[in-house]
Amino acid sequence: MKALSIKNLTKIYSNGFKALDGIDLTVNAGDFYSLLGPNGAGKTTAIAIVCSLVNKTMGNIRVFDHDIETRLEEAKMSIGMVPQEVNFNTFDTPINIVVNQAGYYGIERNIALKRAKEYLGELRLWEKRNDNARSLSGGMKRRLMIARALIHQPKLLILDEPTAGVDIEIRRSMWKFLRSINNNGTTIILTTHYLEEAESLCRNVAIIDDGKIIQDTSMNSLLRQLKQETFILSVENELTTKPKLGDFECNLLDSQNLEVIIDSNHGINELFELLNSQNIKINSMRNKSNRLEELFLKVVDNKKKHSH
Amino acid sequence: MNTKINLVAFYTILRKEILRVLRIWVQTIVPPAITMTLYFVIFGNLIGSRIGNMEGYTYMQFIAPGIIMMSVITNSYGNVVSSFFGAKYGGYLDEMLVAPVANATIILGHIAGGIIRGLLVGSMVTIIALSFTDLKLTYPLVTFSIVFLSSMVFALAGFINALFAKKFDDIAIIPTFIITPLTYLGGVFYSINLLPEFWQNISLFNPILYMVNAFRYGVLGSSDIDITYAYMVVGIFIIILFSISLLLLKKGTGIRE
Ligand SMILES: Nc1ncnc2c1ncn2[C@@H]1O[C@H](COP(=O)(O)OP(=O)(O)O)[C@@H](O)[C@H]1O
Ligand SMILES: [Mg+2]
Repeated sequence: MKALSIKNLTKIYSNGFKALDGIDLTVNAGDFYSLLGPNGAGKTTAIAIVCSLVNKTMGNIRVFDHDIETRLEEAKMSIGMVPQEVNFNTFDTPINIVVNQAGYYGIERNIALKRAKEYLGELRLWEKRNDNARSLSGGMKRRLMIARALIHQPKLLILDEPTAGVDIEIRRSMWKFLRSINNNGTTIILTTHYLEEAESLCRNVAIIDDGKIIQDTSMNSLLRQLKQETFILSVENELTTKPKLGDFECNLLDSQNLEVIIDSNHGINELFELLNSQNIKINSMRNKSNRLEELFLKVVDNKKKHSH
Repeated sequence: MNTKINLVAFYTILRKEILRVLRIWVQTIVPPAITMTLYFVIFGNLIGSRIGNMEGYTYMQFIAPGIIMMSVITNSYGNVVSSFFGAKYGGYLDEMLVAPVANATIILGHIAGGIIRGLLVGSMVTIIALSFTDLKLTYPLVTFSIVFLSSMVFALAGFINALFAKKFDDIAIIPTFIITPLTYLGGVFYSINLLPEFWQNISLFNPILYMVNAFRYGVLGSSDIDITYAYMVVGIFIIILFSISLLLLKKGTGIRE
């Protein structure tokens, strides 16, 4: 069963800016999935379209097999959404905010009050239920939005940068909570620009940049790729066949250029010993620019800008 | 469309709207009470005593129905436009947009809130009016139905204005350019029979004239126009404005990029 399937989703904003350029994504039911990308990549736009907050320009979206064109009500019932920015009425109280949200899903008030107690309690907000929402701390506001998103017990929870700007301790406790609801069967998709967050929580990950999905893979395989570096070696003697380099993956680009992938388990000395033993002399060597690495530099760069 | 979801959602929106009116009563209830009391004192008492009778009633009696109606429509309008624009501006309209609430329910919930505020303020202004003059209820059914339907028209107008508004100043567009001029020209303070024929005919294009006159007919039993037309005008406006609201929500005008 697929929790979410996005096909060829394109968004061109009214000012002509193309925020999404034909993205495809599939998230299986039960997954913990992350949409990772730098600021401005299109994460919020993609999520907002799935949640009916932004109109798509083109493409197809199904939520638990309900097409949002034809079965919007069912699709909406299956999704709970925690937005990036605080978007509740800050003059209202936490209890009203979650109980009213339940009402918009057709949950009667007496049932909603019971559930509110459960979720506000779990998210440590029950004591604050009658306070002005404005007076809550940043972490509490995020948790209130999580409680609000869960009140109709959706099968898919989508969180847009849930821990941006939240301190480490709160971030960890939020991770713990998200893991526990994922273990209880709720599919979770979160967007983040913290690689660490995706690494710690998610099984699968898509990387988005400039409105395009550039990787869609398991977390493990992504981490493996990130720990590799690709070098281009220019060799003195012409090679006719690909040399045997043990654990090193290599590619003969042409007779004088050899591409070698080095991962963190093997030192570069090991490579040179192997080349030496086969009498291959190296004139020069350069780092092949890697799309993924460049992206991560961008992500990290952005993160720095963000935290200052 | 799931009926149960929409019934509960309607009730939720309405409840929230009513609580909002009561919570900020200093902004929602007090100002119209003060303004309308001033109208009664200045136009009714001070100036009215020099004007003498109009259409067989004291001037105070003549203007009271129009002033009540004026308070109903401005408050129905004002409630919907500020509440809905506030929700849009504060981002919490998203709470409804992500949920399976039908667009019609979103509209009905908000305009019901506006109607209730209109009726609440209208009742209060009526009580104030009764302290200045005698008013009897000649045709209660006409009075209540026309007040209800007129407040629905302006609640819908408030909804549409809120959709188009981009900043807080924009919510005054309809009151400034439509409601205020049309009310002053709508026979609240004078009978259109006093106007030259040309201006009488022009006045017949003013929907507020029909509302005020039908309401005055309900209270005093006299009207400048046939009240059947009033129901037709109000009915047509409701249908048109409701359809426009539905269409705009569906397109996402002002709420969805
Ligand atoms: N309403 C809008 N009108 C025009 N451009 C927009 C709008 N919203 C977002 N964008 C642009 O679309 C791109 C993607 O934005 P967004 O989806 O918010 O990215 P992310 O969430 O990954 O940071 C950005 O370049 C942003 O400036
Ligand atoms: Mg974003």
